[in-house]
Amino acid sequence: MNLKKNKKIANNSANLNRKAGNFRRLTFFFVRRLAALFFTVVAGVYLTIVIANMGGQVDELRKAQIQAEIMEEVRADETFRDLSPAERNKIIQERIEMEQQRLRLDEPFFFRSIDYLKQAISLNLGRAEQMHSDAGSRRVYNIIGERLPATLLLFGTANILVFTVSLILALILSRHYGSKLDRIVVALAPTSAAPGWFYGIFLILIFSFIVPLLPAGGMVEAPLPETVAGYVLSVLKHMVLPVGAMFFSSIFLSIYSWRTFFLIYSSEDYVELAKAKGLSPRTIERRYILRPTLPPILTSFALMLIGLWSGAIILERVFNWPGLGTLVFEAIGYRDTPVIIGVVVIFAYLLAITVFLLDILYAFLDPRIEITGDKK
Amino acid sequence: MNRWGQIFKQLRRYPSAAAGLAIIAFLIGLSIYAVLAIPYSEALDLWRGGSQWQEYPRNASPRWTNWFRLKKLPTTIKVEKEARDGIVKESFPGGQRIQIPLDFNYDHQTFPQEMNLFIEADFKEYSPLVELRWITPDDREIELGSYRVRKSERISISQDRKLGKQLNARPHIGLLAGDDYQVPERERQVVPGDYQLIIDAIVFEKDTNLKARFISYGQVHGLAGTDHRRRDLMVALLWGTPVALSFALLAAVGTTVTTLVIATTGVWFGGWIDALIQRITEINMILPLLPILVMVGTLYSRSLWLMLAVVVALGIFSAGIKMYRSMLLPVKQAPFIEAARAYGASNRRIIFRYMIPRVLPVLIPAFVTLIPTFVFLEASLAVLGLGDPLLPTWGKILNDAQSEGALYNGYYYWVISPAVMLILGGIGFAMLGFALDRIFNPRLRKM
Repeated sequence: MNLKKNKKIANNSANLNRKAGNFRRLTFFFVRRLAALFFTVVAGVYLTIVIANMGGQVDELRKAQIQAEIMEEVRADETFRDLSPAERNKIIQERIEMEQQRLRLDEPFFFRSIDYLKQAISLNLGRAEQMHSDAGSRRVYNIIGERLPATLLLFGTANILVFTVSLILALILSRHYGSKLDRIVVALAPTSAAPGWFYGIFLILIFSFIVPLLPAGGMVEAPLPETVAGYVLSVLKHMVLPVGAMFFSSIFLSIYSWRTFFLIYSSEDYVELAKAKGLSPRTIERRYILRPTLPPILTSFALMLIGLWSGAIILERVFNWPGLGTLVFEAIGYRDTPVIIGVVVIFAYLLAITVFLLDILYAFLDPRIEITGDKK
Repeated sequence: MNRWGQIFKQLRRYPSAAAGLAIIAFLIGLSIYAVLAIPYSEALDLWRGGSQWQEYPRNASPRWTNWFRLKKLPTTIKVEKEARDGIVKESFPGGQRIQIPLDFNYDHQTFPQEMNLFIEADFKEYSPLVELRWITPDDREIELGSYRVRKSERISISQDRKLGKQLNARPHIGLLAGDDYQVPERERQVVPGDYQLIIDAIVFEKDTNLKARFISYGQVHGLAGTDHRRRDLMVALLWGTPVALSFALLAAVGTTVTTLVIATTGVWFGGWIDALIQRITEINMILPLLPILVMVGTLYSRSLWLMLAVVVALGIFSAGIKMYRSMLLPVKQAPFIEAARAYGASNRRIIFRYMIPRVLPVLIPAFVTLIPTFVFLEASLAVLGLGDPLLPTWGKILNDAQSEGALYNGYYYWVISPAVMLILGGIGFAMLGFALDRIFNPRLRKM
């Protein structure tokens, strides 16, 4: 008895030691991953800054625009009418220089880009050149902050809906493999070849025009509803079509791929063994199918969060949804580089955070992941 | 070769693959037809629009929509006559009076969209005068005014305000309705029968010839209908096919092949090359494709081929590299690679002959299912207003429809026909890709 107890204690302390070692290695692993991710983000953001500027091409465009605007401005100004052309030209030149200094176009692009990079990485996104938020702020941070919730609301709702519904349906279908419903889903999977906005156009056509039930675009009614409940109801009403479009465009493929995935895993030997042991189907599903498939499920959830962003621009434009996608499009229209870069920086950060969280989750969920040092 | 024959045989067992192949064959046939029927330069010229479309109605629905209507919409009626075929009423020194009657039968249930009269006169110095009269089946005569015609004159009967006031309706409605001008325009009915537009022309030069062409613009036109600039949508529907197919195919080939070669190279050489490729891939994954395309489109050029280049450039180091890498790592250790090395195969030979063929089963279905993405990418860019400025494409029809408020105005055909083409392009390749996936990956086939 005593001996057994001693053995247990010895075991425990060995476990503890191993755990401590594990923890150190884990920390080291995370720090390394974090550093690597940071450099990735820096490089990605710098590339965006360069691309957004097209190697100085955009600056030339903007210089020409500034010149035209200021010349027009001075010409239209009554107070300068009596001046001689030479004097007027001088004023124009001065103003152009001032404006170029304000936008820092007089410095070489390389220095500006490094400066942009420094600010972007520290999330000091600077001031927009032309755009402003609805509240009137010129700060890129505020402009993005104002639009982000709308995008998150719309795409978060749709993606969580698709994710949960497809996971549940896929489990049911993998149980009833070969049934009529199963075959219908398999046959419908190719419909996901079309993106959400495409189905959006059809939904607008059907539910806003042929049978006018729902609004065709926007986020709330034009005169804002007075009560909070009215506001929420109005937003919900405006969300039905875009969410429906996104849901429809990805649900069948999602169910199909999960179903196939579960089927592959449920033909593993250990599942057969569990069946032979006489475990209930629910236990088998939970312990022998869902548990080992958790890492890929989480990966796809994370990837979905990333994909959420890129799909936004067009769907938001089709539905006039005032989110990040619409913002990017407007910013590009204004050639407002700080805003474009700001959005991409935010995106890069979101992406990096997602990847990092994924790394952590993987390390905990999948015992096979090598945390220790270098591979060969 | 035998292997491909086997694959084809297996493919026939999947009805969805057969359907997909049929759709793809149809699209390829349509592309060939489009390129042969309308040469490239002509297609661009037609799509640029302008006077070559002046005899086409504006925003006309396709003809087949009449099957679903209780009140059939009219088609376009054209009547043409030259002064040579007219009746010379009177000759005088230095000229003559000619009467050109344009007869036509109007038996549609609804009114036309517009009425125009085009007159071409080949005079030298003195332009002719014309006087127009309208004779209804019940023998009423309505004066349509007189005009001095230039070499090429367009008399817009529908926009004649004075006539409109006299008829108490827009002229193209009033002229075809009965004689009760008190009835509100909306309630007037067509009086079917033989109408006549008489042109009384006075020419001041002996050999002046007049060519008169009366057009009553219909509300339906052709198989595809027309848009707000009177262009026949058929041009873009037809030409959109080769454009979409070539864009999607080139983009898919460009991205998958380069990705595969780079992934294989990295795995084979390992070391810093592999590490570098991995890092570039990670950086590339952070760059958002669509915003960059939008940026290039607004700032640089909207040319479809530039977009293609950007798509390929950003697609080279795509996330696919990670997937191929994980598949190729075990291959590298396989005995047959060792054997190849033993007989002295070069690096290139090992990469192209031994490693890459190993991942083809995964690559081919992925490649086919990737094509729809690019078909829709072109449309997406066009819907954002960044379509190629010259080429007629499906996406550009959708963009025009969107910006002209096609849905608000009830021009559903304008949205539906390009959408159907897009669906065909997308679903055809998707169905084939799914079937190929099951054939190439036997683990799925069991399911």
